[in-house]
Amino acid sequence: MSGLPDPRIPDGPLATAWRRTRAGLPLISPLRKRKLRILVVGSGLAGSAAAATLAEQGYQVQLVTFHDSPRRAHSVAAQGGINAAKNYANDGDSVERLFADTVKGGDFRAREAGCYRLAEISGSIIDQCVAQGVPFAREYGGTLANRNFGGALVSRTFYARGQTGQQLLYGAYQALMRQVAAGRVELLTRRDMLELVKVDGVARGVVCRNLLTGALESYTANAVLLASGGYTNVYYLSTNALKSNASAIWRAHQQGALFANPCFTQIHPTCIPSGDAYQSKLTLMSESLRNDGRVWLPLTPGDCRQADQIPEAERDYFLERQYPSYGNMVPRDVASRRARELCNGGRGVGPGGRSVYLDFNDAIQSQGSGVIGARYGNLFEMYQRITGDDPMRSPMRIYPAPHYTMGGLWVDYHLMSSIPGLFVLGEANFSEHGANRLGASALMQGLADGYFIAPATVTAWLAEAGALGQGDSPLQEACREAMDRAGLRINGLLAVAGDRPVDSFHRELGHLMLEHCGISRSAAGLRAALVAVADLEGRFQREVRVPGEALEPNAELEKALRLSDFFGLAQLMLRDALAREESCGAHFREEHQSPEGEAVRDDKNFAHIAAWEYRQGADPIRHQEPLAFSQLQPSTRNYR
Amino acid sequence: MSNPLSLNLRIWRQERADLPGSYVNYRLEQVSADLSLLEALDLLNEQLIVSGERPVLFEHDCREGICGSCGFLVNGQAHGPQAATTVCQLYLRRFKDGDTLTLAPWQAKAFPLIQDLAVDRGALDHLIEAGGFCSVNTGSAPDANALLVGRQQASSAFETATCIGCGACVASCRNASASLFVAAKLAHLAQLPQGQPERATRAEAMQRQMLKEGFGSCSSQLECEAVCPKQISADWISWMHGERRRLAESAG
Repeated sequence: MSGLPDPRIPDGPLATAWRRTRAGLPLISPLRKRKLRILVVGSGLAGSAAAATLAEQGYQVQLVTFHDSPRRAHSVAAQGGINAAKNYANDGDSVERLFADTVKGGDFRAREAGCYRLAEISGSIIDQCVAQGVPFAREYGGTLANRNFGGALVSRTFYARGQTGQQLLYGAYQALMRQVAAGRVELLTRRDMLELVKVDGVARGVVCRNLLTGALESYTANAVLLASGGYTNVYYLSTNALKSNASAIWRAHQQGALFANPCFTQIHPTCIPSGDAYQSKLTLMSESLRNDGRVWLPLTPGDCRQADQIPEAERDYFLERQYPSYGNMVPRDVASRRARELCNGGRGVGPGGRSVYLDFNDAIQSQGSGVIGARYGNLFEMYQRITGDDPMRSPMRIYPAPHYTMGGLWVDYHLMSSIPGLFVLGEANFSEHGANRLGASALMQGLADGYFIAPATVTAWLAEAGALGQGDSPLQEACREAMDRAGLRINGLLAVAGDRPVDSFHRELGHLMLEHCGISRSAAGLRAALVAVADLEGRFQREVRVPGEALEPNAELEKALRLSDFFGLAQLMLRDALAREESCGAHFREEHQSPEGEAVRDDKNFAHIAAWEYRQGADPIRHQEPLAFSQLQPSTRNYR
Repeated sequence: MSNPLSLNLRIWRQERADLPGSYVNYRLEQVSADLSLLEALDLLNEQLIVSGERPVLFEHDCREGICGSCGFLVNGQAHGPQAATTVCQLYLRRFKDGDTLTLAPWQAKAFPLIQDLAVDRGALDHLIEAGGFCSVNTGSAPDANALLVGRQQASSAFETATCIGCGACVASCRNASASLFVAAKLAHLAQLPQGQPERATRAEAMQRQMLKEGFGSCSSQLECEAVCPKQISADWISWMHGERRRLAESAG
């Protein structure tokens, strides 16, 4: 591969860029659509929305998911809400403002054109979801309700109590099942994608492991869409569902798809802190809680009194103190860093001093426990079940946790990766969040990609190049080779005569990544971690024990395959973090900070997307896609 | 931090649906009471792997009580003894030192066994496929505020829409009925203006499909309501039966 493919960003005014692009995209006749096959990997918001919409258009669609049902996809767990520039709250919102907040929130490391399109489409997403029957919160008069989210001064977040992701996913899932019933989508559940199939450099299919029988199966199509989610589980403990993994995008990366900005990983400030060594996950408490909850710590380090024993004068509401404009609603990276610094300085509370208080007492006093309970009831119950404490009586204890990956496979404006015919949607791609994802923007991006963008651009690609590589025998040969590659990896893992379970290696990898590539990073730490991860990977290959056989249900084998991909990805994340000699958004390099501890960006040298090219047995190559800003000029983020 | 405890785990082990299964006893010594039951099973599995025994298969994913993947019987109760809780959110502090926990898979004809504690709940997807949706193509929707829905109505629709499809209602019903699952979806959509055009066909198709999948009729014992992790009321089953009559009358 020579350099970077054309990102196909439209010229001219941003406000009309997507409309002009769409108008120029070629179409396909309904008769021809019926003969074209599209393969979608992943059944979350992006995957289900895309599969349903493409099937509505008349294509034959196959959807592959490792879940037993599409309804289990991790999008179901998103709590807070989805943004849209509807200006229903009449507080001055507009497409331009949502666009500006997205670019600014991403610390000027996202493409302007993509962010504008996202803001523009946002309104149609809400219309679509309401028409599907998504029960969003309503005002008494029957209009849709909105709330405020981090990084924004307007109320543009639509929500369904604390289960917005669940309701949006069910909308997309139901649209998908309607197409399954119509015979236009074939649903292939309990299949784990292990390899990408290419013919003449073009994506033509995937190889999956059937999780019930263990058999390797190949599926071919005229276009392949990856909507397989993010890779935060590289940290072991994270807010992601345990099966979320990077295998689909990592296998595509190894086949030539560029990987963009892998080090941009969001650490969410509002999670239940970790406790026991065998804890398997960290649970997010929605950012919306910070609308009413106040974050504080005792003024005195080592103050071990109960929260209610500490008088007002001896409390430090540090976010309100440091950021009077945004207060507790500063963006996630800022809130996370400030919490970590104070805990490192000995002011943290709870076990090991690794948490801060999120206190609802003032809100309960002023609004009543009924109002607060109605607003956050399910989150309070979840917190109480996990910790045994009641947030109505004593403040929650929270701490930042790995949550969302802004990096992912590089895609152009049409959401096509550097492999022709391979499209990447939702969290699996790297757009449009830049270096930091604003609250309530992930659901928006997944659905924009799935319902509106990919259906238009995939059609255009099929119209122009859909007939490529159709010859039977090269395709069968490519499938056979891909199945052989997957088979070799499986047999290799089963053959290791070690004695350590997969999880013990995963915990170790997670600890290394959190320590050195988490809320803050330093050159020395990143270099040390590169050596340590490579060493751990070597030990994994020699010492792991994967019990059972290939041709049977084998959850340990599934985990081992995922972890072996995480090792490669972890090293790429560390390299990317090391190469980006600046602080921006969620990527905070300790060497690049202001005297006040704020991130110092380097627009002269790093206003670009880093896109990594995989090379077998050699260091990857870092390509750069420069970012141009026409409507907004990069400014220093200031939430004070 | 809670005090550690020791537990006896009596777990149903069955390699395949066509092979016999039996309960096998295991013991967990001095584990943290802050662990969830699934984390305790992770711990047990690590011990089994090291000792060369096949680990216990159980379904799980989000471990936040929302994806609906997890679920098995704990001492005969779907998702265990704690109300409004999925099994992934059941923490060991709920039990006493020395307790014996019997873990068994969902038992229903429509949910064939896969292995150990895992069953196939694909039949629930077939129910949605039969009509659990609003037929609207992408891009053809009117402005969202053109459809007014009163707050109470939206909230009631939401309460029924929260069903996570875990199958506990089926597993706890003596007739293995999916009535609560179907009623919840019918009620969700029928309470909104968007759901009206297909209201009658949806109700008929989903209930017909329920029988086709091998689910039994409602046993009227309300166990489904008692075990539902999302606390969906069994009143919706009565509503569903009434709905059928109402729709028949209006059609007639």
